[in-house]
Amino acid sequence: MKKLESTLPNMVIVLTLIAVVAGLALGYVNSVTAGPIQEIKAQQLADGIKAVLAADELNVEEPETLDDGSVIYRTDKGVAVQATDPNGFGGKLTVLVGFNSEGLIQGYQVLETAETPGLGAKAGEWFQKGQKGDIIGKQAGNLTVKKDGGEVDAITASTITSRAFLRCVNAAYAALASQEDAQTGATQRPHSLTSPEGEE
Amino acid sequence: MKNLKVFLNGLIKENPTFVLLLGMCPTLGTTSSAFNGMSMGLATMAVLVFSNLIIALIKNLIPDMVRIPCYIVVIASLVTILQMLIKAYAPAVDASLGLFIPLIVVNCIILGRAEAFAAKNGVVPSIFDGLGIGLGFTWALTLLGACRELLGTGKVFGLTCFPEQYGALLFVLAPGAFIVLGYLIAVFNKLKKA
Repeated sequence: MKKLESTLPNMVIVLTLIAVVAGLALGYVNSVTAGPIQEIKAQQLADGIKAVLAADELNVEEPETLDDGSVIYRTDKGVAVQATDPNGFGGKLTVLVGFNSEGLIQGYQVLETAETPGLGAKAGEWFQKGQKGDIIGKQAGNLTVKKDGGEVDAITASTITSRAFLRCVNAAYAALASQEDAQTGATQRPHSLTSPEGEE
Repeated sequence: MKNLKVFLNGLIKENPTFVLLLGMCPTLGTTSSAFNGMSMGLATMAVLVFSNLIIALIKNLIPDMVRIPCYIVVIASLVTILQMLIKAYAPAVDASLGLFIPLIVVNCIILGRAEAFAAKNGVVPSIFDGLGIGLGFTWALTLLGACRELLGTGKVFGLTCFPEQYGALLFVLAPGAFIVLGYLIAVFNKLKKA
């Protein structure tokens, strides 16, 4: 077959045809993969919530999204809160923090990070139980690194990441506390998450 | 016979990374470990083989003056399809490569091969060219990733070779990518001449 001439109608028709075929192919693949992608996301979130609350099985209630972007997942074994800080060393840092019924930190998981590999990216392990910067079992709300007069060991050579991480944890707690304040008034739900932010 | 020559051409003689120095952004950006380098190479190869195939098929339908937009539409669609498939069926790869998958669209290796090879050759040689260049890119990225992972963390494909504290973190970071790539190109040129 001879090559098509570069006349205006030819060009318009060919480019339109190619775009239409490409669009149809994309639409089809999207309809096939949309389901599995949703499932994987839901699965990852469910695994994260289980991990931060140290529970094998739990029932998650409908999540609540706050104005600042924090998301609260209430379960029968505690509450998991997802909070984001925009000022990590590499940009946005998103952490999922689990709180037990006393409002103490039960566990955490870094969901989204762009921190430096080998330095700030250690945040995933550094603050876990038994590690140097252990925050498990602590009261969140006013956690700071030692350099800022706090009690948490910052990641070696990654103070900026550590600060951003602790801001996430504190923001998660603040989000939860603000919701608790609103709820206890309305439903008289018994909960010991009462330490007011003003004290700190 | 001719197809085999086309295939080997991409693997060694015109290796996209060590000889043509094309596609440097993913080469430097994704090779922090051997697994990441290999995933990126294979993803690029998949796009390259299919874009070569499709462009070789429709090359006579495309008027010369709009060929670049046509190629880009084909390549961008293939990359988006690949991205959706990876998200759905290989979430671990999606987590480690993330933004670099959509960036395959602007990888000059792919448009370069479409323009330089697929637009002038038949369907079968174009597929072999895609496989050759793609595998050449893959082994180069895997080697680069393995060197950086070994020097930086003492591991290769996650298997420990020596304790992590003896690794030089520099090699996992961006400067290490340039240093290792430079030495690998030097070694490759020496071997090619010999």
